Amino acid sequence: MSAVKHSWQANLAFMLAIFPIIVFVFNIGVPGLAWPYGSFSGGLAIALVALPVWIAGRLPKLWEAALLFICAHGAAFLLLGSIRGHEGTAGPAYYLVLAAAWLLAWRCVAVLSEQRPNSRLMSTVLRLIVPAIFGAWILIVWEAVTRGAGIPFILLPPPSAIGARIANSLPILGSDVRQTIFKAVLIGYVVGNLAGFVVAILADRVPFLRRGLLPIGNMVSALPIIGVAPIMVMWFGFDWPSKAAVVIIMTFFPMLVNTVAGLAASGHMERDLMRTYASGYWPTLLKLRLPAAMPFIFNALKINSTLALIGAIVAEFFGTPVVGMGFRISTEVGRMNIDMVWAEIAVAALAGSVFYGVVALIERAVTFWHPSVRGG
Amino acid sequence: MDSFRSKIIPVSAILAGVVVLWYVFAVILNAPFQRDLDRRANETPGTVEFIGKTLSQPKPTLPAPHQVAVNFFENTFLRSVTSNRSLVYNAWVTLSSTLLGFAFGTALGILIAVGIVHVATLERSLMPWIIASQTIPILAVAPMIIVVLAAIGITGLIPKALISTYLSFFPVAVGMVKGLRSPEFMHLDLMHTYNASASQTFWKLRVPASVPFLFTSMKVAVAASLVGAIVGELPTGAVAGIGAKLLAGAYYSQTIDIWSALVAGSIVAALLVMVVGIAGRLVDRAMGGRPA
Repeated sequence: MSAVKHSWQANLAFMLAIFPIIVFVFNIGVPGLAWPYGSFSGGLAIALVALPVWIAGRLPKLWEAALLFICAHGAAFLLLGSIRGHEGTAGPAYYLVLAAAWLLAWRCVAVLSEQRPNSRLMSTVLRLIVPAIFGAWILIVWEAVTRGAGIPFILLPPPSAIGARIANSLPILGSDVRQTIFKAVLIGYVVGNLAGFVVAILADRVPFLRRGLLPIGNMVSALPIIGVAPIMVMWFGFDWPSKAAVVIIMTFFPMLVNTVAGLAASGHMERDLMRTYASGYWPTLLKLRLPAAMPFIFNALKINSTLALIGAIVAEFFGTPVVGMGFRISTEVGRMNIDMVWAEIAVAALAGSVFYGVVALIERAVTFWHPSVRGG
Repeated sequence: MDSFRSKIIPVSAILAGVVVLWYVFAVILNAPFQRDLDRRANETPGTVEFIGKTLSQPKPTLPAPHQVAVNFFENTFLRSVTSNRSLVYNAWVTLSSTLLGFAFGTALGILIAVGIVHVATLERSLMPWIIASQTIPILAVAPMIIVVLAAIGITGLIPKALISTYLSFFPVAVGMVKGLRSPEFMHLDLMHTYNASASQTFWKLRVPASVPFLFTSMKVAVAASLVGAIVGELPTGAVAGIGAKLLAGAYYSQTIDIWSALVAGSIVAALLVMVVGIAGRLVDRAMGGRPA
């Protein structure tokens, strides 16, 4: 592709670097001026973003990607280092270098996405690295802009401050996670899913029940069930049982609807085969229909993993003991400890992703026969 | 008549069962408090009278269906729609931010989907983060967003709408990626033989093919958008809206108010999903779709 050969990103990065170069060259040794503060690291950052224009398209692809990776991230690292102590004084040169480094990272990702490696390990690594670079750049831009523009800490703290906060308040975060996730979310999730599953089997046994429950279940899943949270808090008190109750109600219907749909998913041929084996209801259910329903059931489990977390945290807005993630978020917002709130959000995001990831891993192990997992 | 037999009878039978169960639980759950009241008043009511009393408490643990219905009717039809106790007014406040957020979210979702379908780099780098973004309990972030935006002078509709946007862009983005990719290879090849440009292929083949996917995912998105708007009202201490009604009811133990606000929210949700469904069917017919 011609676009790749000429690499407009590297060219543009070079053009963006022209102005910072001029500023840098004329400002050497003049203190008190806008970035790059006449520092060595600032100059190196500028050099790093200007350099790739000479090499883009001339090297083997993997080498080019590696070099771009080093240039973009080295420049970002030096940039962040040079702004330390000068927060809020960044001039246009600073943002130009940041934009140039981002363009180089984009180019790096573009080169990497075009790779079609033939070894499995390499393609897995690539599949992880590409989104990782993207995520890293969200953090880099966030950090660079909040520091460079000197955005008030109360509005948006830089990621490094949030990270420091997480490291400093591990015990508090730990107790919140224990209260919200290990008690409310997990118990509610297990009970809600089991209840949905059992009712789905029951509905499968009794066609009348199924015909009545399915339209209702479909409608209920569109309703703002989260609204029952205040009622549950009133009934079950401030501690975790009320949150678990909200989670149960929220997870019940997706499980019910998906399991009923999944139980209808096995083909006629297979069911006929089971009939010719004189297999009764329960053997057919266990050996054919439940395995065939597994993709649907796991779909519900995945949807529910996010719903459960949301339900528990929101329910805590309506009253909690003095521990829990929702409680911490709402009180720390009031006390303007925004970095603590972001730390709590980061932990919640991590917990949500891990929860989802574990369910997805179990799904791969259980539905190993499914085409989407076999990849064939 | 077939749908009457196979659908309406079972559904109404189960709904009737739910109402009966509701009354039974209302009596059971409200009984302890009523017994307490009677003991203090030195009364010994008969069974029927006792049951009647449990179903007419002013602040019951579980209000009976007819109490909720009466409260809902009063607050919907008997109050002027400008009164801040009117459910119509509160539903309108929530609905307006729902719709704004839904519009933003749909636009954002379509934009992301178009980007993902056309730019390979975006697909590789953005798609995993879009999926990861939904594992973040955004509703937990809602108070943050509102406080931060209020600090830079944006208040009112927009912050709530942004939460709705976050919740509703995801289904649209995923659905539209699927929809824009739904044309078969044969059709794409045909466009190729016509010497169609990328934009012609997009407008004349990919967009029409994606319309059914768009409306299916918009139904999910509009429901999510309403949840976002309701939750967005909780942390702000909003003065109006269904979420504010829920919060006020929780503070003053006005259980009947909570339940009727829930009913109002459910009706709004059902209406929204229905409107999107009807719009989808109209567009489908206008584009020449035939009933299957």
